[in-house]
Amino acid sequence: MMLKIKRVPTVVSNYQKEEAEECARPAAGCGRNCLRSCCLPGAKLPMYAFNKENKVVCEKDLVNNDPPVDFLDSLLLGEWEERMQRGLFRYDVTACETKVIPGKYGFIAQLNEGRHLKKRPTEFRVDKVLQPFDVNKFNFTKVGQEEVLFQFEANENDEVQLFPNAPIDTEHSPSVVAINVSPIEYGHVLLIPRVLDCLAQRIDRESFLLALYMAVEAGNPYFRLGYNSLGAFATINHLHFQAYYLATPFPIERAPSKKITTTNGGVNISDILNYPVRGLVFYGGKTLEDLANVVSDSCICLQENNIPYNVLIADSGKRVFLFPQCYAEKQALGEVSSEILDTQVNPAVWEISGHMVLKRKEDYEEASEEKAWRLLAEVSLSEVRLQEVKELIFEAICCKIEEDKASFEESMTSQSHEDMDGINGSLTCMVPV
Amino acid sequence: MESQLGLIENSFDLRYSKWVHDALDELPDSFTITDPCIHGHPIIFASNGFLKMFGYSKNEVIGRNGRIFQGPETDRRSVMEIREAIREERAMEISLLNYRKDGTPFWMLFRMCPVFSKEDGRVINFVGVQVPILRKMRSSEMTLCENRVGIRESMFKCCRREVCSDSVFDLGHSSSLESVSSYDDRELEINEPCQASELEKTKATAAISNILSVLTHYSELTGRMVGRKRCCFLTGNGQLTASLNISLGRIKQSFVLTDALLADMPIVYASEAFLKLTGYARHEVLGQNCRFLSGMNTDPPSQFQIKKCIQTEQACTVRILNYRKDRTSFWNLLHISPVRNASGKVAYFVGIQVEDGCKNEEDKRALRPETRQLSVVGAVKVAVRGLSIRAAATSTS
Repeated sequence: MMLKIKRVPTVVSNYQKEEAEECARPAAGCGRNCLRSCCLPGAKLPMYAFNKENKVVCEKDLVNNDPPVDFLDSLLLGEWEERMQRGLFRYDVTACETKVIPGKYGFIAQLNEGRHLKKRPTEFRVDKVLQPFDVNKFNFTKVGQEEVLFQFEANENDEVQLFPNAPIDTEHSPSVVAINVSPIEYGHVLLIPRVLDCLAQRIDRESFLLALYMAVEAGNPYFRLGYNSLGAFATINHLHFQAYYLATPFPIERAPSKKITTTNGGVNISDILNYPVRGLVFYGGKTLEDLANVVSDSCICLQENNIPYNVLIADSGKRVFLFPQCYAEKQALGEVSSEILDTQVNPAVWEISGHMVLKRKEDYEEASEEKAWRLLAEVSLSEVRLQEVKELIFEAICCKIEEDKASFEESMTSQSHEDMDGINGSLTCMVPV
Repeated sequence: MESQLGLIENSFDLRYSKWVHDALDELPDSFTITDPCIHGHPIIFASNGFLKMFGYSKNEVIGRNGRIFQGPETDRRSVMEIREAIREERAMEISLLNYRKDGTPFWMLFRMCPVFSKEDGRVINFVGVQVPILRKMRSSEMTLCENRVGIRESMFKCCRREVCSDSVFDLGHSSSLESVSSYDDRELEINEPCQASELEKTKATAAISNILSVLTHYSELTGRMVGRKRCCFLTGNGQLTASLNISLGRIKQSFVLTDALLADMPIVYASEAFLKLTGYARHEVLGQNCRFLSGMNTDPPSQFQIKKCIQTEQACTVRILNYRKDRTSFWNLLHISPVRNASGKVAYFVGIQVEDGCKNEEDKRALRPETRQLSVVGAVKVAVRGLSIRAAATSTS
């Protein structure tokens, strides 16, 4: 039996139409100025090439140098506002009322009646986290070029450069940043790693590192990136991260945590405490790559064990939250109360982090911390289940480290084991002291 | 570097007079004073106690932001709480792990307090006091001791690495304690959050009082008085605008913010770059409508276009002839945009000036001038929406 739920997906691109309509259209000369072979040749987009060096996870302390952190911020905000004034968004998100709900954590509610369409719902399979890419469904090669803000790649030189009119390399697909035409907040964009390669929605080391670079490069604690796996409310099976600006703390950022362990690469892994959704937070690392690898290896482990999850990159890339979840399955099995279902809130990464977009006025007026807590509690794995999942993750991280070590040693003559990342001691020391 | 330091010295001395340095130097405590109106929110004064405790010289600290004393084990949540307190312009107190110049970490009680201008209620400075924490053993460690060692006593461990005398170790039970913990001694110190004692809190309170007394007194000498409470009633957007200073201070371009809710839409914020471009001082432009920039040869159609855009709450770009304070004119590629607050309604208009034909040094960054101009709109929209999101809650209740 396949587990499915019915949902009206939000439209992220002006070119996203019903799948049936899609197939009927002839492939050649679509006339939409998209990213496929029909329109791409000769296309040019700005290219932001970031500097990979010196991305140690600590604050830049130069006050008087023009900090490059302002640069990506300016590019993104400027290009987004330009698309805004061009009328590419379905509505002005800043005209949507928003407030912080009184309470300990300050959950954020927004009244947005225009985000969700009054269409017939689509069926989504929620029991498989890994599903193969389907070229017939909507994907990001079908967005209009005007919806793409810039290409985002690592620079070969050790500096930050902006090329205002860079050709798009079809041989080595660039990663791009595109607008979300149904924004949750100002600056809502999609980061699509290697867009032309049509990767399915699943995290890999390289793509996650790119997302982390973007968070660090923006250098703005109010610009966060998020990821939803299939089965955890991703609606498009084409690898993408989301990001937007909101200049107020997210409730999850206020939650206390307790350290479980530290890897040899200096990455700390902590339990999230006193929060309705159980999960892990990762921070530290000697290099950004260390942090990225530990998180992506954890995500890959969840994917391979068919556990849906959400990821939040916060604090300019210094803290990464990982939430395994089970809401979609519960919904499909009819285990969620109708009161919660009626709000039609799909608890994806933003909702779990504490930012709730509500479509009904009464839900907005009556929003309370208690209600938000109750909804999110349905999303969380139980304590017992989370413990099982944590064991899976830690085992996977250790194994990956052993693998890395082995392949590293093959390519080197001799190398001290202390140089490789690993968990201190054996698995038994991960039991909290 | 010079111009930044010059700005710092100038602003500090103008408000408190040059004698304030000596008075502050007489205080024994470790403290810093920062200026949120200067780009980067830098430290503008560091006490001798501070320099000694952290191991820096004055030159290494003035002009830098307080985050340089944070490090890999500094709790990110705590950093966020400080940032939010600054944004919300309120006093706060927190235990924080900081790092000295030699890289060694230590725990301290950080107490921060805003200093308000008596004239217009804006935050002029933040005072930060640092009191090192002499650490009591955490209760979890005490239980371990009970189980392993059978001794129930409170032990004092100084959070400074060099002073580590521990009576339990002295008693020769060190081996059993070490085997319990998987962390080494140093990690145990810095990973377990420290709670400050009443003594340390009292010290912090006293220090803040002394510093504020000095600042209040010396501000009376220059007539630009300050106090520790916001005494002006700021109506409408007023309260919000005062706290926008820090967020908007991040933006380097020339722009002004006008209050859409007040009669004749007065300027409530003007960037440094705007003042530099037009030659006016801040107090000369705040409260004025932007029309003072127009002059003899400014064409009425441009002015009318601006008026119409504002009435219809639309964004627009006009090329208008404007005049500086010295009456020289320049062509201004002015972009105006409505800015909504968290209620969803228009609360401000932002006007961004680009001098036509001016070769900006930022051109070499290859960000198009139009993009740069629009990025200011975006940054202001994000700041206003974010800062007003709390006000929205209180107004509807």
